Amino acid sequence: MWKMKGLKRKWGATPGAATTSTAMDKEYVGFAALPNQLHRKSVKKGFDFTLMVAGESGLGKSTLINSLFLTNLYEDRQVPDASARTTQTLTIERRGVEIEEGGIKVKLTLVDTPGFGDSVDCSDCWLPVVRFIEEQFEQYLRDESGLNRKNIQDSRVHCCLYFISPFGRGLRPLDVAFLRAVHEKVNVIPVIGKADALMPRETQVLKQKIRDQLKEEEINIYQFPECDSDEDEEFKRQNEEMKGSIPFAVVGSCEVVRDGGTRPVRGRRYSWGTVEVENPHHCDFLNLRRMLVQTHLQDLKEVTHDLLYEGYRARCLQSLARPGARDRASRSKLSRQSATEIPLPMLPLADTEKLIREKDEELRRMQEMLEKMQAQMQQSQAQGEQSDSL
Amino acid sequence: MSKGLPEARTDAAMSELVPEPRPKPAVPMKPVSINSNLLGYIGIDTIIEQMRKKTMKTGFDFNIMVVGQSGLGKSTLVNTLFKSQVSRKASSWNREEKIPKTVEIKAIGHVIEEGGVKMKLTVIDTPGFGDQINNENCWEPIEKYINEQYEKFLKEEVNIARKKRIPDTRVHCCLYFISPTGHSLRPLDLEFMKHLSKVVNIIPVIAKADTMTLEEKSEFKQRVRKELEVNGIEFYPQKEFDEDLEDKTENDKIRQESMPFAVVGSDKEYQVNGKRVLGRKTPWGIIEVENLNHCEFALLRDFVIRTHLQDLKEVTHNIHYETYRAKRLNDNGGLPPGEGLLGTVLPPAPATPCPTAE
Repeated sequence: MWKMKGLKRKWGATPGAATTSTAMDKEYVGFAALPNQLHRKSVKKGFDFTLMVAGESGLGKSTLINSLFLTNLYEDRQVPDASARTTQTLTIERRGVEIEEGGIKVKLTLVDTPGFGDSVDCSDCWLPVVRFIEEQFEQYLRDESGLNRKNIQDSRVHCCLYFISPFGRGLRPLDVAFLRAVHEKVNVIPVIGKADALMPRETQVLKQKIRDQLKEEEINIYQFPECDSDEDEEFKRQNEEMKGSIPFAVVGSCEVVRDGGTRPVRGRRYSWGTVEVENPHHCDFLNLRRMLVQTHLQDLKEVTHDLLYEGYRARCLQSLARPGARDRASRSKLSRQSATEIPLPMLPLADTEKLIREKDEELRRMQEMLEKMQAQMQQSQAQGEQSDSL
Repeated sequence: MSKGLPEARTDAAMSELVPEPRPKPAVPMKPVSINSNLLGYIGIDTIIEQMRKKTMKTGFDFNIMVVGQSGLGKSTLVNTLFKSQVSRKASSWNREEKIPKTVEIKAIGHVIEEGGVKMKLTVIDTPGFGDQINNENCWEPIEKYINEQYEKFLKEEVNIARKKRIPDTRVHCCLYFISPTGHSLRPLDLEFMKHLSKVVNIIPVIAKADTMTLEEKSEFKQRVRKELEVNGIEFYPQKEFDEDLEDKTENDKIRQESMPFAVVGSDKEYQVNGKRVLGRKTPWGIIEVENLNHCEFALLRDFVIRTHLQDLKEVTHNIHYETYRAKRLNDNGGLPPGEGLLGTVLPPAPATPCPTAE
């Protein structure tokens, strides 16, 4: 997020105001206004964000999403009963919603994975999810290599909220298997669902157990970036607190509870008390919302693009490089400056083979040309030297 | 003591005499008070007292099995039910102990005493159930264990020189823990209960019910009941074993309204309104385990221990065990297992019994 504060300090008023420009003109170049311009452009363009939610059914995923974004995305949902679920395989569902707040439009796409962890035999049930994430990368790679790059739709998954059961004793074998399959392909944020099942001490123990297990299994969850040193203390403190409470223990609710004398709150009413969703002593909902929506939305997109997508792209292109042309190919493909090389997108196998053969032909021709040119250059250099020395 | 003739089924006197297969009991005869007044007091009703005294001396066995995914509070619930540390909670295990890769059967016995009555309680735990990625057939070790106990009993029964009191290791009650997802049963739940409801008394309970509000609880219970019915799963108390109208009405009410019991367990006490109660303390309130407004633990406890304990044992002996016995005898051509009358060696039991802690 760009710091608007710094900008205001220098200019005093909004950039471009007539009163300040004349005095400042002589001393400043003026590109400090750049973040503001970017901001305005982005506001006009709007943000896309794709969020995936995964985890066993019954952990409060849909309720949490509705609570986070204050929408009712799951209104028409039908939850199948056990006999139907016995034969159901995992499906990937996408729901889109446009949210506007303060003049900024966010096009939010939610990816759901109903059927995950439901069957008696869940072996490999994470494969469709992995395939889906990779397909989005493929699509982006193809679009990026294509001709019309102005309107690329970014459907890559920017963040995956993985729900862990509060009833277990940490990560279950299925959780570990899923996380290991996706952690290098998407930003994973682990979340403990239905956290009102736990007493405070139990929550601490469970969180620690999960952190230990994540470390032991070498699962890389999304890392919060460190604060810049010139951030104010409050922001730093908040950031540290957020980092310390991962995995977030959340409770979701879209119902407002009005108890006698107290003010209305969003929560869950039990016979023994009411859980307040937005009370930091009750659960980490506020932390999750702050982190996901208010402070790190952009960073999640950047990490997806700069780290995860680039990793995918490099792997993909390297695997396509043929042995003969490998040196030239890998050298030039990994550096994006080469204008003669067109990166190969992943297509179905038959097409890929054909494409590889065509590209190989091209490469061979270009190689020959380059060699000819090199020979010519050497010749002319030699001639030049000769003429110089004469 | 009771005034009339002894009832056919007592719940106060926990009789350990191995009951003979009972004929379908008729409605107990009404006391013919006019006659006995004329002849004087006979004293038959003291039989209850005699049975009670005998029971107190011999004590009785009760074997309860708990099945469910790890972390659903099985051990805590059993400890709460019997108000003692009869089940070792996994959270108190060594931190390095991991979820077992296959289902294990762990039977631990304790003797608890109350009001002069001794109970030898055996809690059979099934760690590893439903915890793997692939849980196909994870109920098989459990079914095997149950059948092994029947086999053990059968072998003792057909001995020529029988023990006076055959040690009863048969599983009288199986508490199946349903995860409180709020949606419906899981495929694994259905599979387990379909297979096992025919060999043992299954009592489904909804674990950790403090995550559901009242509305969610009642909706969930309704859905679960419907699913069980649609899939033909008969949990205890089974409709077909209701003996008389009184039983039927009582059990119907339990079956259709209360079960599955939505329970919360705890072994910690907190101060509430000046009293110390078992419960769970959260920032938004204290959940009292024995408060019927909070959860149905008290209903489960009364059901299993105070009213239906003896019936659980009787159904196990008269129905499930007899079914097993009949099947075994049929397989052997009507002869008891072990050496036949003509000296032929008959087919061995399905599996070797595993040693239980006695």
